[in-house]
Amino acid sequence: MGLLENKFQDNVVVASLDKILGWARSTSPWYFQFGLACCAIEMMSSAASRHDLERIGMMPRSSPRQADVMIVAGTVTMKMALRVKKLYEQMADPKYVISMGSCATSGGPYWQHGYHVLKGVDLVVPVDVYVPGCPPRPEALIEGLLKLQEKIQTERPLTRKLA
Amino acid sequence: MTPEQIKERISDQFKNSVITNESLGEHQVEINGEDWLNIATFMKNDPKLSFDQLECITGIDTGEEGPLQTHYNFHSMEHRHKIEVVISHDRKDPKVSSIEQVWRIGDWFERETYDMFGIEYTGHRDLRRILCPDDWEGWPLRKDYEGQESFHGIVVPKIKEEEGWE
Repeated sequence: MGLLENKFQDNVVVASLDKILGWARSTSPWYFQFGLACCAIEMMSSAASRHDLERIGMMPRSSPRQADVMIVAGTVTMKMALRVKKLYEQMADPKYVISMGSCATSGGPYWQHGYHVLKGVDLVVPVDVYVPGCPPRPEALIEGLLKLQEKIQTERPLTRKLA
Repeated sequence: MTPEQIKERISDQFKNSVITNESLGEHQVEINGEDWLNIATFMKNDPKLSFDQLECITGIDTGEEGPLQTHYNFHSMEHRHKIEVVISHDRKDPKVSSIEQVWRIGDWFERETYDMFGIEYTGHRDLRRILCPDDWEGWPLRKDYEGQESFHGIVVPKIKEEEGWE
């Protein structure tokens, strides 16, 4: 610690505020609880006791106002795409999107002849992490979430950005 | 009753209503759509037929040359017999009277067939799309259907079989 050594009492940790904020935000990304298709089963399984998403601080919230992460789990139809967009807009900043599975990423098995399937949720909302698989196993989803945590940790919310 | 006897029972009651169609299976009967509501009511109320259950309504597009068809699957709990009624529609103006008020389950069945094939069930009290969005264009399960280019500003990328994304 050099100069700061023994300057404070016990139980005081010194770090940059940006880093502490990044650490706090990345270890409690509450996700928005909604599923669109079969991927939702894997998402539920990830949250259940065997894989237990609460280990990494993730907890399902049933309202977009309280959620930080939206996991788009499943096939997004055109009818649903408008609703997904609306729900994303209702979430408070900072917000993140995970595209889970082939369908949400590119249309999946419906990419050519599915007339009513949105060919990738990134046509409607910005996506941070893509998780491949059909459907992805809970381990794959957890890896995607850890990648998202890494991304959140590198953010510097207090540092002024160059315009 | 066998399907043959059911056909006879209907054609005895309604002259010229049963159309002979060799391409159908023996459990199917093609019926002229003009008097369909009366025939359906008769099929339900006649004690010998007593079709108290409408199991399914299916739309079929038989291709450019052929007509659009509606298939109705009926079952009688009382007599334990079944029949499939086929009605053909003109492709340009597909219309048939609704049986929604005879069998209540026909409500959603007819809405679904309307949604996918654009067959109009006249007399249906709430005929609107059931699966697609209300402002969807076209009838998706028709053979000449072409997908929309955009939907509410969302562009639908065209995908070619060999080249991939366009």
